[in-house]
Amino acid sequence: MKFRTALLGAAAAFVLAPAAHAERGADGEVKIFYYQAVSTLNAYLSSGTKDVEAGSLVLEPLAGFDQDGQLFPRLAQDIPTVENGGVAADLTSITWKLKEGLVWSDGTPVTSADVKFTYEYCTAPDGGCAQGAKYEGIASIETPDDLTVIVKFEGPKPYPYQPFTGGTAPILQKAQFEACLGAAAQSCVEQNSKPIGTGPFIVTDFKVNDVVTLEVNPNYRDAAKPAFGKVTIKGGGDALAAASAVMETGEFDYAWNTQINPDQQKQMEAGGKGTFVNAFGTLVERIEINMTDPSPALPEGERSTVKHPHPIFSDPNVRKALSMAIDRQALVDIGYGGAGRPTCNLVPAPAYQASDNTGCLTQDVEGAKALLAEAGWTDTDGDGILDKDGKKFSILYQTSVNAVRQDFQALIKGWWNAIGIEVELKSIDASVFFGGDAASPDTFQKFYADVEMYANNFDGTDAEPYMSQYLCDKIPGPENQWQGENINRFCDPAYDALVKELSTTSGIEARGELVKKLNDMLTKDSNVVIPLVDRGRFSAKSNTLDGFVMNSWDTELWNVQDWTRAK
Amino acid sequence: MLTFTLRRLLTAIPTLLLISLVIFLLVDLAPGSPLSDVPLTVPPDVRQKMLEAMGADQPVMVRYFLWLKQFFWIEPLYGIDALLGTDFAQGAQRIISWQSKVPVFQIIGERLPQTLTVVGTAYLIGVLIALPIGIYSAYRQYSWFDQAGTFFAMAGFSVPTFFTGNLLILIFAVNLGWFPTIYDTNLEVVDWASFTKMLAQMALPVTVLALFNAAEISRYTRSSVLENLGQDYVRTARAKGMGEQKVVLKHVLRNSLIPVVTVVALGLPTVFGGAIVTEQIFKINGIGAALIGAINVSDLPTVQTVTFIFAVLIVMFNLIADILYGILDPRIRYD
Amino acid sequence: MTETAVQIEKVRGPWGDVWAQFRKHKGAMTALFLLGGLAVFCLIGPLVWRIDPNFIESDTVKMFKMRNQGPSLAHPLGTDQLGRDMLARMMFGGRISLAVGTVAMLVAIFIGTTVGVMAGFFRRIDGLLMRLTDLFLALPLLPLLLVMIFLFRDTVAGILGPRLGTFLLIVMAIGLTSWMQAARVVRGEVLALKEREFVLAARSIGTPSRRIITRHILPNVLSPVLVAATLGIAAAIITESVLSFLGLGFPPDFPTWGRLLYDGIAEIRTYPERVIWPGLAISLTVLSVNYIGDGLRDALDPRIRGR
Repeated sequence: MKFRTALLGAAAAFVLAPAAHAERGADGEVKIFYYQAVSTLNAYLSSGTKDVEAGSLVLEPLAGFDQDGQLFPRLAQDIPTVENGGVAADLTSITWKLKEGLVWSDGTPVTSADVKFTYEYCTAPDGGCAQGAKYEGIASIETPDDLTVIVKFEGPKPYPYQPFTGGTAPILQKAQFEACLGAAAQSCVEQNSKPIGTGPFIVTDFKVNDVVTLEVNPNYRDAAKPAFGKVTIKGGGDALAAASAVMETGEFDYAWNTQINPDQQKQMEAGGKGTFVNAFGTLVERIEINMTDPSPALPEGERSTVKHPHPIFSDPNVRKALSMAIDRQALVDIGYGGAGRPTCNLVPAPAYQASDNTGCLTQDVEGAKALLAEAGWTDTDGDGILDKDGKKFSILYQTSVNAVRQDFQALIKGWWNAIGIEVELKSIDASVFFGGDAASPDTFQKFYADVEMYANNFDGTDAEPYMSQYLCDKIPGPENQWQGENINRFCDPAYDALVKELSTTSGIEARGELVKKLNDMLTKDSNVVIPLVDRGRFSAKSNTLDGFVMNSWDTELWNVQDWTRAK
Repeated sequence: MLTFTLRRLLTAIPTLLLISLVIFLLVDLAPGSPLSDVPLTVPPDVRQKMLEAMGADQPVMVRYFLWLKQFFWIEPLYGIDALLGTDFAQGAQRIISWQSKVPVFQIIGERLPQTLTVVGTAYLIGVLIALPIGIYSAYRQYSWFDQAGTFFAMAGFSVPTFFTGNLLILIFAVNLGWFPTIYDTNLEVVDWASFTKMLAQMALPVTVLALFNAAEISRYTRSSVLENLGQDYVRTARAKGMGEQKVVLKHVLRNSLIPVVTVVALGLPTVFGGAIVTEQIFKINGIGAALIGAINVSDLPTVQTVTFIFAVLIVMFNLIADILYGILDPRIRYD
Repeated sequence: MTETAVQIEKVRGPWGDVWAQFRKHKGAMTALFLLGGLAVFCLIGPLVWRIDPNFIESDTVKMFKMRNQGPSLAHPLGTDQLGRDMLARMMFGGRISLAVGTVAMLVAIFIGTTVGVMAGFFRRIDGLLMRLTDLFLALPLLPLLLVMIFLFRDTVAGILGPRLGTFLLIVMAIGLTSWMQAARVVRGEVLALKEREFVLAARSIGTPSRRIITRHILPNVLSPVLVAATLGIAAAIITESVLSFLGLGFPPDFPTWGRLLYDGIAEIRTYPERVIWPGLAISLTVLSVNYIGDGLRDALDPRIRGR
């Protein structure tokens, strides 16, 4: 009897043991849903975020970003800084040290040669590497020994952490990918779908654009992790089906990007099978104002080019009135719910570089009307539409086809109508709008409209490349096949000078201050960009999944090795 | 018969070549870029390099002839190699999907099983339901059974599948929880438990599709039987005192099923092509879903190859239907 | 005996006879009334129910109160997520859907009849035209539609405005991809008619081909064309809604039944009625049109007539 009680007690203790002591693979299978199905596991050939995230279960970078946007070492021993001597005082090189004893999932050691090879792989001509921007400005990479990697830049790099960090720049195994350099990269089917990595899982089966099956990497560096023995990443369908599969039917443990309308969010959360998790990063839905004249009356090749300034929007007060008429909170409540919050900033995070600008958050219709009247726009003929010098205030407002965006268009059109502006709406198929085809008149770069709405963000936490998009020489036009990134054709020498200063300034605080200034120049000072909604990442998680931490700076699966099954 | 078949096969070749060119030009002219899914954080010069690596910047005719060579020469070589373990292909460039960098034929191979299982089962069940309904409706024309059968058939192809499909999911999968909402393509039937799972995930899509197929075929059967019932040979058979059962089941049925068989054959390509909408609704990653997905991201090699195979199947089954007609109906002579 | 039958028919007139037969088809008659009702709802409805289907209250506070309302006297079918009146949207959407169905059918029938008559009548171009038909049968509709919109949108939109432009494009695209069945049926009829005595007689007295076609062939292929046309309307309405369902149809501020249904699916769990109304409207319309087609076929087929 006593013996039996003791046994029972021991069994109970075993069951109640904290999850941290869980055995590798003890929690069985975890099922993940990515409604945009996974096409490849090689981030360098990816066509979207979903590929990068799925690949991150297998391939790892030297360092990743945690939920606060702080770098933490993955394959590296620590994060090099100027203080610890890892970054040269003149900012022209960074020295990474690999962890000792690291092995690939096939048991061979990870060496500095693999890191150097990764750089060569992504910069090889004809390779079509999607992450080429991460490896720009590198003069050479030296590998004095098996664990040391020295990245030498062409000049001083105040932010030296672009290469080899984050899910978009993982380390490939040289032995596996050696034959896939350059043009051969595209046809290395086996390598791209079953890469050998250092992450907690290895791929066992990959059905393209459908389902990835993974199991524990026996050589993973933490012997107690991961708790799950098997991962299935299923794809297909839409955000609603994804959310439903976790929140309503419980078929899946976690679903990525479950952006559905706020009413459904509430209803599904009430079901009690799971919760929505969100985290805010740098993605901002905004309206860009065309500073050049998109009039179809102009000859082709001169429409929306710097040759012709915009007839209406050249007056900053007019642009300000457009922004004042918008009720951003209403947009969030109707379109995003938990997945968004109103913002007046182009750079809403991280905190050290986000401006405190909140002036636009309250709608001011009367103020907007007064501002327009002051600028000389009045309704002289009584048709409800403002005019000035015989010209009507009539604009074309375009965006991509997307349920939320069309609701936004309808709402904003209503508000602008209320201050006397005539608005015509246009929605363009996303594959055309974002396709960048120079022959198409409907790309967001060509901007054959007066205002357009889309969302953009930047990779990682450093905003410098993002702010440099608004330089004068990045204006799209026929001479660069419309490939510039300065979509609204903003051009201000003072702004250009400030960006130049940013490129030579080091130190988080000082850089943050400069980014804030640049942000204000584009938003509250000139209103050439009208930020609307700060869009967070928004995913669904089952109540039976523990250890999940949402991350808006790196892949959402960044800590999959710590996930456990709730007991 | 043989010369007819040969002649048709020979004329099919230029037709198919022309079709392949038309499809290629169509797909190529279509708006959209294969890079539209790539995040905006990727700068323009990198995008240009990605396009070049895909070969998407080559002139259209160059790409067309490359595709022709790959489709008609290299891919069959790989097929032979896979079957016989030889190495004729010697690593020549296959037709690679721009989106996933995987050979298109590998994708088709992965997608075919679920399409065949779901759409094929639905087609079979549809035919099995349709025949008795069609025959009996015609035999008892204007009876209540005929009226009900007609209504069932009319409703079957009038109510859009994306309407019924979504309602069925809401009621049976979400509210009642009887069936899964996501089709598991990794499920292999090995025992009773996995078999019931398979049945559960097939139930809703098969119901919707089978109803639709049954509706169409039952109408054809009905009108064909009706036509034969009015023929002189039926009157003769009855007049000479043949049993009613024998008249209908032996004479009428045999003759009226001839056009039905051809209609069934003509519908078969859709089984392979997959029911795009149904696959979309029930989250079945079959061929139809692959096609729509590829169209959405302008993955031209995939769209081109899948639609062309679809075209080949249509032409082939047209031919088969004609030949069947000739075999079944001795009055038809193709000379 | 046949002479007397013809005599009687002449007294009543061929169309009167068809109508008498059609009236016996209970399903078709019910369908005719139902379709009539739906047409009145869409065409006359907006004259009575004068709410703008795209009206959104610009005052945010008021707008939030008007969102997602259930049925009430002010909004018998409730309002959508932006406070737009669903009844008005259903009426407006119905107009578009019916118009798409009718016009696309006319396009398809026109092409189909022309090709069918030409192929059946002129032996020399028969092979060519039939290969063309096969080619079209093997073409995928979706990419074709995208291409047409891409190639012609700017020019068409420039002339007719974006809405009418899209309408014409979609109608033409549906028409251009659905004429093949009609062409085959017509060709078959023409092949048979060509050998009939009255055509041979007309030819023997030297009637030119064009006259034979317009005077003798066309009136005699009218009945299969009529049946094909009815069924064509049903098919075109379904095609338009499928396009909308795949997100390739009309722009969102231009509701059609297919588009409303597509938008409703995003809300199906919270407001299932937003799927049910447009879904029912499409189903009922297509069902009635199909029934009418069935009735017409029975009425026009002299072999079935009178049995």
